[in-house]
Amino acid sequence: MNHLVILPILIPLIAGASLLLVYRYKTGRQRSISVTSTLLLTVLGGWALFTAGSGEHLLYHPGNWPAPFGIVLVLDRLSALMLALTAGLALFCVLYACRGIDRQGAHFHALFQFQLAGINGAFLTGDLFNLFVFFEVLLIASYALLLHGGGRARSRAGLHYVIINLVGSALFLMALGILYGLTGTLNMADLAIAIANTGDGDRALLTGASMLLLVVFGIKAAILPLLFWLPRAYSAASAPVAALFAIMTKVGIYAIIRVFLLVFGLGDSPANATAWAWIWPLALLTLALGGVGVLGSASLRTKTAYLVIVSVGTLLATLSFMTTTSLAAALFYLIHSTCMTAVFFLLADLVGRHREQGYDGFTGISPVAHRWLLGTLFLVAAVSLAGLPPFSGFVSKLWILQATTGEDLGFWLWAVLLAASLLTITAVSRAGSSWFWKPGELSAPAEPLDRSCFALVWLMTGVSIVLSLLAEPVGQYLLLTAEQLHAPEHYVQAVLPEAFSHYLSQLQETAP
Amino acid sequence: MELQFSLALGVLTTCGVYLLLRARTFSVILGLTLLSHAVNLFLFSTGRLTTGAPPIVGLVAESADPLPQALVLTAIVISFAMTAFVVVLALKAAVELRNDHVDGEDPDEDRL
Amino acid sequence: MALALVIFLPLLGALLPALNREANTRSLALLATLPVAFSFLILLSLAPAVLDGQTLIRELAWAPSLGLSFALRLDALGLLFALLITGIGGLILLYARYYFDGKAAAARFYTLILLFMAAMLGIVLSENLLVMLVFWELTSLVSFLLIGFTSDKSRARRGARMSLVITGGGGLLLLAGLVLLGQIVGSYQLSDVLAAGEQIKGHAHYPLILCLVLLGAFTKSAQFPFHLWLPHAMAAPTPVSAYLHSATMVKAGLFLMARLHPALADTELWFTLVTLTGMLTLMVGAFVAMFMHDMKGLLAYSTISHLGLITLLLGLGTPAAMSAALFHLVCHALFKAPLFMMAGYVDQITGTRDMRNINGLWRYMPALMVLSGISAAAMAGLPLMSGYLSKQMLMTESLQVTAPLWAIGVIPVWVTLAGLFSVAYSIRIFHNVFFNGRPVDLPKWPPQAPRPMALLPIALPVLASLYIGLMPAQVYDHLVHPAVDAARQLSLPTVDFSSLGADSRLLIMSLAAMFGGLLFYLARKPLFRIHSRLPEVDAKEIFDWVLRKAINLARKRVYQLENGSLQRYLAFLILTTITLVGLAVMKVPAWRGDVALTPPDLLTTGGTLILALSAIGVVLLHHQRLRALIMVGVTGLFVTLTFARFSAPDLALTQLSVEVMAVVIMMLALSFLPQESPKESSNRRRGRDLLLASIAGLGVSLLCFAVLTRPQDSISGFFLANSLSGGGGTNVVNVILVDFRGFDTLGEITVLGIAAVAVFAFTGELHLKERVAGNQDSLWVAEPYPVILSMVSRIVLPIALLVSAYIFLRGHNLPGGGFIAGLITAVALTLQYMSGGLVWAQERMLTHFRPLIGGGILIATATGLGSWLFGHPFLTSTFGHMNWPILGEFELASALLFDLGVYTTVVGSTLLILANLGKLMTVAGPGQEVG
Repeated sequence: MNHLVILPILIPLIAGASLLLVYRYKTGRQRSISVTSTLLLTVLGGWALFTAGSGEHLLYHPGNWPAPFGIVLVLDRLSALMLALTAGLALFCVLYACRGIDRQGAHFHALFQFQLAGINGAFLTGDLFNLFVFFEVLLIASYALLLHGGGRARSRAGLHYVIINLVGSALFLMALGILYGLTGTLNMADLAIAIANTGDGDRALLTGASMLLLVVFGIKAAILPLLFWLPRAYSAASAPVAALFAIMTKVGIYAIIRVFLLVFGLGDSPANATAWAWIWPLALLTLALGGVGVLGSASLRTKTAYLVIVSVGTLLATLSFMTTTSLAAALFYLIHSTCMTAVFFLLADLVGRHREQGYDGFTGISPVAHRWLLGTLFLVAAVSLAGLPPFSGFVSKLWILQATTGEDLGFWLWAVLLAASLLTITAVSRAGSSWFWKPGELSAPAEPLDRSCFALVWLMTGVSIVLSLLAEPVGQYLLLTAEQLHAPEHYVQAVLPEAFSHYLSQLQETAP
Repeated sequence: MELQFSLALGVLTTCGVYLLLRARTFSVILGLTLLSHAVNLFLFSTGRLTTGAPPIVGLVAESADPLPQALVLTAIVISFAMTAFVVVLALKAAVELRNDHVDGEDPDEDRL
Repeated sequence: MALALVIFLPLLGALLPALNREANTRSLALLATLPVAFSFLILLSLAPAVLDGQTLIRELAWAPSLGLSFALRLDALGLLFALLITGIGGLILLYARYYFDGKAAAARFYTLILLFMAAMLGIVLSENLLVMLVFWELTSLVSFLLIGFTSDKSRARRGARMSLVITGGGGLLLLAGLVLLGQIVGSYQLSDVLAAGEQIKGHAHYPLILCLVLLGAFTKSAQFPFHLWLPHAMAAPTPVSAYLHSATMVKAGLFLMARLHPALADTELWFTLVTLTGMLTLMVGAFVAMFMHDMKGLLAYSTISHLGLITLLLGLGTPAAMSAALFHLVCHALFKAPLFMMAGYVDQITGTRDMRNINGLWRYMPALMVLSGISAAAMAGLPLMSGYLSKQMLMTESLQVTAPLWAIGVIPVWVTLAGLFSVAYSIRIFHNVFFNGRPVDLPKWPPQAPRPMALLPIALPVLASLYIGLMPAQVYDHLVHPAVDAARQLSLPTVDFSSLGADSRLLIMSLAAMFGGLLFYLARKPLFRIHSRLPEVDAKEIFDWVLRKAINLARKRVYQLENGSLQRYLAFLILTTITLVGLAVMKVPAWRGDVALTPPDLLTTGGTLILALSAIGVVLLHHQRLRALIMVGVTGLFVTLTFARFSAPDLALTQLSVEVMAVVIMMLALSFLPQESPKESSNRRRGRDLLLASIAGLGVSLLCFAVLTRPQDSISGFFLANSLSGGGGTNVVNVILVDFRGFDTLGEITVLGIAAVAVFAFTGELHLKERVAGNQDSLWVAEPYPVILSMVSRIVLPIALLVSAYIFLRGHNLPGGGFIAGLITAVALTLQYMSGGLVWAQERMLTHFRPLIGGGILIATATGLGSWLFGHPFLTSTFGHMNWPILGEFELASALLFDLGVYTTVVGSTLLILANLGKLMTVAGPGQEVG
């Protein structure tokens, strides 16, 4: 029983609670608490990657009750990957926020930590109702963070975001009800067995429940036609929040992977096939819409919001091929897109601060201060984002193309993906050239560039280069992750040895 | 019994969804409340409907399924928190957007 | 190693100018030239071995499983290009030293140009196709930056964007093609791909691959109709045009075609596609060039036409044609670069590039005139010039064509015609610039001849070109011939240059071209007049127009979907849910499960009926908000009763207290909102919504019924069995909450806490002074605190606290527990607020609320962590019984401590929310913190 497993949830939780307890602290000390906790999380993320790399499932039973009766936390390769990614991203975001944005409203750091607790909990839990609870934690925190800084745009976007997700929560509970009502359990592994054993009489109902879950996660992941809350919410949020939100859509995708590869993944559940049959076309449409949106949007933040949509489309479309390589390629792209969209949200803010009017819009001539410094940064980031070599964007695109060559439907993904890339290149080059190339004299002497924010964004962009140089080791890890995900029986066996062996023996009986 | 119960839930849901689709935040909140009632009752009922058998050890021999009750209790608390939040948010939005329409006075005023 | 250096030297060299921005042009040029010179020397040192037919391959692993590896390859073909790139590159650097003399931008130019050189070398020296693509895209990118070099000119920006979109798009297609290629061959190493020619051509995907790869090559090499970006790339400084857009980058496509020749060529499809494209480009370029008044424009189009010519030769695909192609490629680089440099000087000296004004410069710069004359003659293909030979070879090849039928007659004529035009525009650029009367009002006057030294970069290639013209065999045998071998991977007979032109048909063709061209030039004036009447088309404008239209369209379409209407989004959401779930549960064989229904009794039926009716009441009354709210209260009440009825006392208690709180909060909020909802949705809209809602409701009913009538064996037996023994409580629900699934509860109170803090956070700056439209009554602010209420509340408080303490303590065994107790306390305290007012109550509160929340969560967490001390996992519970005074035997469980955390959080959160809501409506008003 390794206590480290639960720390990714407890550390931010304690940090957040303490920040409330000592709410009178000066900003400096609050920041130090928040940053320390995030640093610890990053270290833990590294540990998780390393430990889960061995391929075993680390279990933790809060309350010391055996699964399926108690709640169980499971650390496998995927959850480790997501934990590490979140922690790394969060570190950049919190540091960026410490440059002043956290002062724009109350309790930024507490909310930020609670947000992390929720996200990590969602990645770790092996219990479906517990997943619901952690979803609520991360959602309520995200509502609050979205509103951080105030302002009309945020209130409107926030209201829509909140209401839509409240409906989502209701659907989630419906699904849980059906599942519990038919199987009498909530533990994912136990559910997997129960669902695999279900007779034909109830299968359709279970599929219905799975569709409810698909909608719920679809809202989080922002897949057509459930994504319209996203552009405004993400472009309204303050920069570090939006950057952190880059992982939020991925939480939805994580949940989709978990539920459909594990809970409905054992045996031959019709739910699985149905789900992917829906996801594939919707994802392609999402990708297309995202591409058009990127071209059409009039500010960098909105552009980036649509780039998030593009990434979601690409991810789900690639996932729906359901092969090991496609899954691995998708995960690689997940890492890349998360980092790069985050970079662009921060970049938009950085540039916006140094523009005379029209914060980060493209209309009219509005000279940018420090145009060469910022321009170079923008160029490098844009190159990586647009999937041009030699950055991670290129590698991930390449891998996705390779992974889908053999497939019948591969052609469609190729066409849409490449078209979207071209749109991205067009849009981004227009943006960059109209910002940093258009002449125009600054009326006022430019205020000095925030060196540390500048350095932070550079560092994050550097991640993309490192990622592409380490493509081989990372790729190998992801391939192993994909294999693990495609073998849910190992997961089930790790969580419920007896039940699983019993399930196997039943299979043997029915087989001959 | 089950039939009446299900029908009642259906009505609750219908009303909830209908109000959800109205234009004013207040109606939407009412809708959300009804919807959460329906959902909580549904989740509760998945332990099956048993009368006069509260899940307290030693009270009755065959007691009701305690787990859904616990789940629903959690759900109730969470939906309470959410309701409180969304009510105040709606208030804030109503003030800032000069109108308690869900989209405010002019949805496109801050289109980026 | 040495091979890697060839690329890395310029790459690192790119840093030098960047780091010494302040240095003067001369030292910058020196800094920049050094690495290039080294690369050139290294290449020369490797040359002998390579020209003997060896192929040097160096490899460095990157991502083998993706087929990515830094693999370099040097064979004669690569060498030929590499020498061109470094050689011409060196001259350009030298030239730029004079062109940019004393200009600030020089450093940026040198950085970029070295970067480009490295990328270009990368293309021609890559063994791995994907890595080659990496460099390929890199050249597109640098080209983009260099075209936009004078970024304050709009035409520069547009030209840059256009070239990036076209070449970048081509790059994407090429990527697709190469991936397919690699998947077929199973490797991206050039050696393997070239060896697998038959396999590739036999494959079903071959046509697709060929098209993709060729599109990549054509876009890069400005082949018709993708040639449009090249003229607009002329917005770049002349050294760039001379180097990228004439000598090197635009040859990358040709290089690719030559490189992949064994893998893709020698098929009907290849012949048709490549040859036709080449012919079209050749003709279009040559024709348009003739009518260009802008020197650089003329040179650009002539470049296009020459590129087309080489493409045509590659299309013919015979070994001899290939050698002609490469030979002409060298010649073109050698005579086109000087002309560009000349144009650059003239532009700087006279201040214009319009050949209608620039005339008779021979008086002012005779040396330049001579050099340009030689280059122009070479371009025209006059005898004894390098261009002559390559043209002869081309014509010879055009006569060799035997299949397909259409090509036999057409190609020779076509080639002759193109030759005619090229003669014409060669004469024109030379004659117009240096003779043709006197200059016409030049912006700069009088023109100063460039310094002698400045002519060096022009003179060197001119000499080289002359040398080739005089003794072609040397160059051909030692450079081109091995290159062709390397490209074709077979050896071919040497060409006897003396025999060129022996064929009478050739003589006729070339004479026709020459004199035709001369006549054409003499007849230029009327031709110009005709041409000027033709409509002017500016590709850049069209491109930009299309792009702008596309963007606006995209914006419109997207805004139509994402129109900011929550109602629409929710409708989408409901509709999606109905569709997905509906289609899934269509297949349910029987909704009615096989569990017997429990007989309905009057009480319950009545209850459910009222429940349903009250819900309907809410809908009917929802325009009068207060009534609707009361109805919602009724609904909540009956939900509570339902819980109570179906043996869930805890739920009943919780629901009741929550209901009270919720309604109170909504009441407070309502006092700020309009009291009525306007009737604004149309009947159609209402109908639509009602339909959606009814389907949803029906679905829920069916699902619920289906679930309830099906058997279930749940895990609950375990809880009932272990509640007392393992959890130390008889109230199973509570034990589940604080023990079995205590982790959920921890999350649950966190949610509550966050909600409260969030409310605190975002109401901080909220000013309710400006009321919501349509709200007249302001009773909340007006009303003083009623006396009776305050009296009552102060009596109630202690009682309420006692009750909550009792409920809290018994919770583990009987209905109750931390949450309910917390709510009761909160209600009691809220009463104080309502009666006494914020300030009054605030003074009497022992603590603020936020610490309560934080503390509560921490208590719960700490309880959980406590179990670590005993080596148990988080939240493991322990309990023991003890006797309390008065209250009698009470059991003390760690769970109780956990529940205390719950209690504290609930109190803190609820009060924080209410207090801040209250704050909004008291005179204390916004600004001052509450809680």
